[in-house]
Amino acid sequence: MSDRREQRVLDALEQNRRRPPKFDAPRIDMSHGAGGKATHKLIEGLLLPALENPALAPLSDAARIPFGDSYLALTTDSFVVRPLVFPGGSIGELAVNGTVNDLAVSGATPLGLSAALIIEEGLDTEVLRREVEAMAAAAEQAGVPIATGDTKVVERGKGDGLYVVTTGVGVADPELDLSTASVRPGDKILCSGTLGDHGAAILIARGDLDLEAEVLSDTRPLTPLVEALKGTAGPGLRLMRDPTRGGVGTVLNELARDSGYGVVLWEEKLPVRDIVNGACEILGIDPLYIANEGKLLAVVAPDVADAALEALRGVEGGEEAEVIGEVREEPERMVLMHTGFGGTRMIDMLVGDPLPRIC
Amino acid sequence: MKYVDEFRNAELARAVSSEINSLVDPDRRYKIMEICGGHTHTIYRHGIKDLLPEGVELVHGPGCPVCVLPMGRVDEGIAIAERPEVIFTCFGDMMRVPGSKGNLQEVKAQGADIRMVYSPLDALRIARENPDREVVFYAIGFETTAPSTALTLQRAKKEGIENFSVFCNHVTIVPPVRALLDSPDLRLDAFVGPGHVSTVIGCRPYEFMPEDYGKPVAVAGFEPLDLLQSILMVMRQLDEGRCEVENQYGRAVPWEGNLRALESLAEVFELRPYFEWRGLGFVSQSALKLSEAYADFDAEVRYSSPGVRVADPKACQCGEVLKGVLKPPECRVFGTACTPESPLGALMVSSEGACAAYYNFGRKSYEKVEIGSRR
Repeated sequence: MSDRREQRVLDALEQNRRRPPKFDAPRIDMSHGAGGKATHKLIEGLLLPALENPALAPLSDAARIPFGDSYLALTTDSFVVRPLVFPGGSIGELAVNGTVNDLAVSGATPLGLSAALIIEEGLDTEVLRREVEAMAAAAEQAGVPIATGDTKVVERGKGDGLYVVTTGVGVADPELDLSTASVRPGDKILCSGTLGDHGAAILIARGDLDLEAEVLSDTRPLTPLVEALKGTAGPGLRLMRDPTRGGVGTVLNELARDSGYGVVLWEEKLPVRDIVNGACEILGIDPLYIANEGKLLAVVAPDVADAALEALRGVEGGEEAEVIGEVREEPERMVLMHTGFGGTRMIDMLVGDPLPRIC
Repeated sequence: MKYVDEFRNAELARAVSSEINSLVDPDRRYKIMEICGGHTHTIYRHGIKDLLPEGVELVHGPGCPVCVLPMGRVDEGIAIAERPEVIFTCFGDMMRVPGSKGNLQEVKAQGADIRMVYSPLDALRIARENPDREVVFYAIGFETTAPSTALTLQRAKKEGIENFSVFCNHVTIVPPVRALLDSPDLRLDAFVGPGHVSTVIGCRPYEFMPEDYGKPVAVAGFEPLDLLQSILMVMRQLDEGRCEVENQYGRAVPWEGNLRALESLAEVFELRPYFEWRGLGFVSQSALKLSEAYADFDAEVRYSSPGVRVADPKACQCGEVLKGVLKPPECRVFGTACTPESPLGALMVSSEGACAAYYNFGRKSYEKVEIGSRR
């Protein structure tokens, strides 16, 4: 095939890719909730065009809304975990930490949370009490009040026991400009600890795999890690993300796509617990795409990377932090990984999740 | 991780890689097909092509069971899944395989009771737990997964579970390989033989490949060093002018296969006269159906599946890409009628199919990637 003809095909693909996505599925199916390509298509092809406004447009973890001389940070998340209690945590704790973390990685200081409970008829009161207490404990640990809330009860069979929706509001730090626009080639990518613990814990806790392994969810507030980074990296802190649904692979693909740069990872630097790796090998899934609920990904300028790594490692929950990769000029808009075996691997965005939803 | 890391050792990889390098005739290009989709996964996941010399190219074969399933069979599965009395069970990776009017995931969203299982025995358990419903297992896979379907059916028969049936799409690996070899424009030099399939059928079924077609074969395991070593084995054969079946995966593959599994297969299944493969067309004696003795459990009989054929679009050129004649972008429908979101051909269905990989990563899907120093 001539190089020119091949280039024409590639150019056509590229043009297609840059066109705003159209959402043409006649119905919503489970892939639209998996956090991969189908979810993106739903958000960018249906939700974004309908709701279009400048606060929503960046699609960041928390929106920035102008307020006086400063900005408010606003975020919301719904939690539909099965089982409600899993090794290392439960839905109540997760619902508070998840929203606190979305504020924290946006560089905002959380001010207050709201919590809406959607309860299925027949839920044991003790289960509800335990989850509300878990929410209270997590909110206290994060130093944020749950200031308002709502309860609804739905008929038996119309909910998995309990769904929780939390919304968080915070004040943005005016000194910080966290966005993909501030990312530069040469910047280092830091990860605060081991990958895939939450997703693996949930999969094993479901029990349909006959797999027994002691894996704990990593759910925790990221606020102390974020504070440590802000303190050491200062303006060298470019971007922070919370790699939940879709995992580190998806977040880094978003970074590559939005910044236009390439992202390079070193497989041997990826912190993954042996037991999680083993479970993934058996199940044929990849720790790069599994949800985390207490991990921080940060992009920092190269000159502050060492100090930032030290700072993370000094905080509880950051002991196993690593520099896992860096931003490069080339290859544009792609994520590549040097494999431990000595080759390179292309890390694509998750297409859809063959596994049950896990967060 | 013990028993895994040993097979992912970068130092050993470099040693094998340089040995392969020393065997390359600079005036020659080598095309080696890995038949099995699991091997393709390993090649991508560990970046094996970067460890091969310029002149050695890997061609991904037809051994991905969900990819080669034709639209007509998906449509028939969907028709059964839509019946109100049916609980339809299948492996997770079946959910996104496109039929002519959508996939199982979409049908589930419309209200069909479709459940993902990890083993056919789970489907049988669901049948036991739901005696007032009909449970259908959508069986797919090569000789690798067929024994577990056979075992499940033997158990169902023994226990007399009447509300359980199997929609059988099991295929066999040798006929499509023979069809590829029969094609006059084939441009392949050697084969890496499938590992898991061979744990069941052994190595003997591949002997026709060197004997009748002059192509060396090495049956390989699934770790990256297994793959690299099997490539070295066929390169050595080509270098020394030998041509035979070699077994790199001796730790799991007995030469004669697994006799007990083969006995179960022989009891439960029989060969279909022909079966359609997505992108390859009809291949004779390439698939299994339930035998007379198990006809009561055959969902095709129970639901009188019409056997409708949905033609692959004429423009689809998967066969040519598989044979190594065309590159993905040279296919007439690549990137236009056939995309990863709405695939027509087998090679676009799985994200590791040659066409899907090219669609996502362009030239980098087959070229070496230069990304500078490691740190």
